[in-house]
Amino acid sequence: MIPAPFAYARPTTVEEALQAIADGGEDVKVLAGGQSLIPVMRLRLAAPETLVDLTRVAELRGVREEGDELVIGAMTTHADVLTDPLLAQYGQLIVQATETVADRQVRRRGTFGGALAHADPAGDLPAVALALDAEFVLAGPGGRRTVPAAEFFVDYLTTTLEEGELLVEIRVPKLGEGWGVRYEKFNRVAQAWSIVAVAAAVRREDGRIAEARIGLTNMGPTPLRASATEAALVGVDVSMETVTAAAAQAAEGTSPSNDLNAQADYRQHLAQVLTRRAVAAAVGL
Amino acid sequence: MTAVEDPTSAVDLPAAKEVGQARRRKEDARLITGKTTWTDNMVLPGMLHLAVLRSPVAHGRITHLDVSAAKERPNVVAVYTGADFAEEQGSLPCAWPVTPEMVNPGHPSIAVEQVNHVGEAVAIVVARSRTAAADALEAIDVDYEPLPVVLDMEQAVQDGSPLVHDHTTSNTSYHFVFDAGDAGTGGDTEQAFADAEVTVSRRFVQQRLIPAFMEPRSVVVQPSGDSYTMWSATQIPHILRVMAAMVTGIPEHKLRVIAPDVGGGFGGKLQVNPEEILCLLIARRLGKPVKWTETRGESLMTAHHGRDQVQFIDVAADRDGTVRGLRVRLLADMGAYLRLITPGVPALGAFMFPGIYKFPAYRFECDGVFTNKVPTDAYRGAGRPEATFAIERIMDELAVELGMDPLELRRKNWINTEEFPFTTVAGLEYDSGDYHQATEQALELLGYDELRAEQKRRRESNDPVQLGIGFSTFTEMCGLAPSRVLGSLAFGAGGWEQASIRMLPTGKVEVVTGSTPHGQGHETAWSQIVADELGVPFEDVEVLHGDTAISSRGLDTYGSRSLVVGGTAVVKAAEKVVEKARVIAAHLLEANADDLEFTGGKFTVRGTPGAGVGIQEVALAIFAAHDYPEGIEPSIDAEATFDPENFSFPHGTHICAMEIDTETGFAKIRKYACVDDVGTIVNPLIVEGQVHGGLAQGIAQAMYEEAIYDAEGNLTTGSFVDYLVPAASDLPHFDTGNTVHVATSNPLGAKGVGEAGCIASTPAVVNAALDAVRHLGVTDIRMPLTPERVWRAIHAGGDGGDRAAQGSNAYGGARTTESGIQEAAQ
Ligand SMILES: Cc1cc2nc3c(=O)[nH]c(=O)nc-3n(C[C@H](O)[C@H](O)[C@H](O)COP(=O)(O)OP(=O)(O)OC[C@H]3O[C@@H](n4cnc5c(N)ncnc54)[C@H](O)[C@@H]3O)c2cc1C
Repeated sequence: MIPAPFAYARPTTVEEALQAIADGGEDVKVLAGGQSLIPVMRLRLAAPETLVDLTRVAELRGVREEGDELVIGAMTTHADVLTDPLLAQYGQLIVQATETVADRQVRRRGTFGGALAHADPAGDLPAVALALDAEFVLAGPGGRRTVPAAEFFVDYLTTTLEEGELLVEIRVPKLGEGWGVRYEKFNRVAQAWSIVAVAAAVRREDGRIAEARIGLTNMGPTPLRASATEAALVGVDVSMETVTAAAAQAAEGTSPSNDLNAQADYRQHLAQVLTRRAVAAAVGL
Repeated sequence: MTAVEDPTSAVDLPAAKEVGQARRRKEDARLITGKTTWTDNMVLPGMLHLAVLRSPVAHGRITHLDVSAAKERPNVVAVYTGADFAEEQGSLPCAWPVTPEMVNPGHPSIAVEQVNHVGEAVAIVVARSRTAAADALEAIDVDYEPLPVVLDMEQAVQDGSPLVHDHTTSNTSYHFVFDAGDAGTGGDTEQAFADAEVTVSRRFVQQRLIPAFMEPRSVVVQPSGDSYTMWSATQIPHILRVMAAMVTGIPEHKLRVIAPDVGGGFGGKLQVNPEEILCLLIARRLGKPVKWTETRGESLMTAHHGRDQVQFIDVAADRDGTVRGLRVRLLADMGAYLRLITPGVPALGAFMFPGIYKFPAYRFECDGVFTNKVPTDAYRGAGRPEATFAIERIMDELAVELGMDPLELRRKNWINTEEFPFTTVAGLEYDSGDYHQATEQALELLGYDELRAEQKRRRESNDPVQLGIGFSTFTEMCGLAPSRVLGSLAFGAGGWEQASIRMLPTGKVEVVTGSTPHGQGHETAWSQIVADELGVPFEDVEVLHGDTAISSRGLDTYGSRSLVVGGTAVVKAAEKVVEKARVIAAHLLEANADDLEFTGGKFTVRGTPGAGVGIQEVALAIFAAHDYPEGIEPSIDAEATFDPENFSFPHGTHICAMEIDTETGFAKIRKYACVDDVGTIVNPLIVEGQVHGGLAQGIAQAMYEEAIYDAEGNLTTGSFVDYLVPAASDLPHFDTGNTVHVATSNPLGAKGVGEAGCIASTPAVVNAALDAVRHLGVTDIRMPLTPERVWRAIHAGGDGGDRAAQGSNAYGGARTTESGIQEAAQ
């Protein structure tokens, strides 16, 4: 419960941060809110040589509007997300999911970018980012690149972030008129990670479903889309029957794990039930 | 709240009694803000810090152990292994040999040649800082030759099972039997079953639990010449002192033990810990003060666990529901060693299985079984929750078998109020109560009829969310304990308690209690008692405890004993103070002592208005000692030791209404109502607090908590991510109430409330869950009622099965494999 010794840098700009990472030696870790990293260090499952603390990099924190998109700084805390006016208007799916993250104390420190970079399959925000087809802006020694969510999450706790790279911001489409959203989370106690969760954003047009985006939390080593359900929903009348039928396909292509909270078959069952509930709520049934 | 005086009444009228007032706890401000001495706050000049290297294997021989590199690490002072203490460490004590034949394999504080559970101490670094000690652990080189791991009790007792201790002949430590026929307290159990019209048999599993107290364990030892002072986050400084002296050979009078403020225990700190002994041995060897404070991970992994029984219960009855016999066979997991009262916990439960029912025949048998897990020992309720669960669950099963209402079956068999005192088939004499009244009141609190109607509606409409109602009409024995009874059970100590009262010159009062609190609120309750007994203001009373140099005799806090036994000692001491003061007051008032009345803190002469002297004035007079009667000592201080003649028997009716989402298996308590009879209530706020906390832990056993070991004997629930302790947000509002039938074995009439909620609630919750889904074919669900288990029980039958034991995937923890389920399912 005491971390191994490490060097510490606290840059104030992205430039400085990249430099600190480059100078930090063999094993450098970026520290955001520390809510995932510090426990792992205290258990000595990680023992980085250098920590580069991003909490003073002001340019990484906050939410802005760019045309049809919202741009969320990686260091925007969960608590910021819950009080941001732009997200309140256009980012309800993110807000709903963030409300379910841990407790007040953790939300004060934990960050949107940190939760995505950590890529815990039981974390709530990766599936939301995937459902929204978010774009991840990464900065490295060679400049910036943009990666779609579908490519950002590579494996269990693994993203496409290269050594020396930083997640800078995340771009998500504004969901306005016609969209309904719901984050349906299933866990045993209020402050725990998801056993399974479903992020649904559905657009209605003339009593029919025009577009459906469904992300699944903890149904495999990375967040997944319930593609078969999405396809089955497009063009159907809004009714419990159509939603139920489509949700029955939610577990297709998933490979959830077995652990203390649930075994795989039960997770697949939950995915169907929760998808039905999430979509039904999103379309106002 | 303070005592309210009626402004219109004469000044001389006594203030309202303190006992019964819902006083806020006077100790809470410092406890909650941490502005006090917790053991880990202690800083002594030259203090060294210990870190413990712990075994990662559950069973193995240490084939290689090299600490030389660790000794070279910065700021390391010494590194010790078991070999260094093999000669002097002795064995940790087990104070409860429940049978003469019980096998105790001995329990070294640090492993010498062999490790028997994950987390056992293997080496210790002593360094100038805690971090230096922790860092140096990584430099210790150790190899183990693995031995076969024994985890499953039902396998461990089979012939041919590998042994936990190869110098024993079986994994069974003892076989304890209580047979009411043999004891003369009941009929022939076998005959009762042979003649029965109906029998019901069940196997229940009491999962392993972790006490999970808030303050981690911490020990500081300061040597001074040939004396030692130990501070420890313990429930039992007095017992610890005797035991540590016996283990280490340090003479008892050269060892002072202090439990400063202690942050919870729940039985988990009713222990003589390996680290307490090791701190003493190391402080003795180095002549320097040392400190050890555990991490949360160490705490969950190595502090003793609780429960862990497989229970085989049979009940015999007539068709009309009259119970005829009860048979209990237990396998109780001891873990790898016998700690302080490990073997006694299930044996204590033996007397409670009959519950509140008039069984004419009863037989109890228990095997204590060794496994390669951390030892079990006391955990809130210690034996009684296990018994209450079994009887309250089997009563429901019997009701189902008979097609009877579960409450009607209980009514038919419980002891009626006019039958008290009632000697049960287990030989206990229940003191008082009214099960009918408590039940009626609880039904009302719950809104029973309405919920039953809703349950019916949900059934009929096939609602995905089903509703169930579960009962637990429980009693327990508390106020441990009559010393002679403990002697007859081979317990290694008595059950008395001591108190003394010191009257200071300014009239302030110091109360010294041998019952050491660790969060219960003794300081407040004792002050209320003394304020009434001596007629002094509540604020004038200070309660001292937890230091063997201040409170020289005591048996500490467990078994809901503090108020019942320790509080009574306070009353007795106060009575002596009054009697001593009376003689001096008579002298001062120039009256005959027999003519004095004592009310509201004042001695007055009967029939002589106006003449009087307050007890606080007497205190000053006797301090000056200028003028007091011949032939008496100039002191009104007094002490008393109280040894109860019987236990006290709180009881109550707990009713849980449970919603089950049949689609997901998620169980949610809709409403929880309970009416407890804990005798006289000294402080309603403390009573309600104890009930709430107890309910949280009892509900947690039913729904959340479970210590799980994987197939290699690793604790998979080694952090609070995986060992789920519910928070306030996970628990319902509690509707609580009381009836009052005073205990007859102590002058306060109090029955003890520390464990009631925990003992009563678990079966009510499980009965409620089953009531919600029985119509779907479910007959049992194993605790805790995880959503997955409930779902599997509904959709696949059985009791929901084992949980995959390969860890959680949150926190970047262990990943899971297919083998995880297969191993767990074996
Ligand atoms: C008690 C508790 C309960 C929790 N419950 C939940 C829950 O219910 N749902 C949930 O989703 N989460 C939960 N969390 C996790 C929480 O959301 C964390 O905040 C989040 O996972 C990590 O964010 P962080 O800012 O703390 O990142 P950190 O812990 O600082 O970092 C996490 C990882 O991401 C890397 N990283 C961080 N920022 C960047 C960046 N800008 N660029 C590159 N790499 C970066 C770090 O190097 C590290 O490897 C819980 C945490 C705790 C302690």
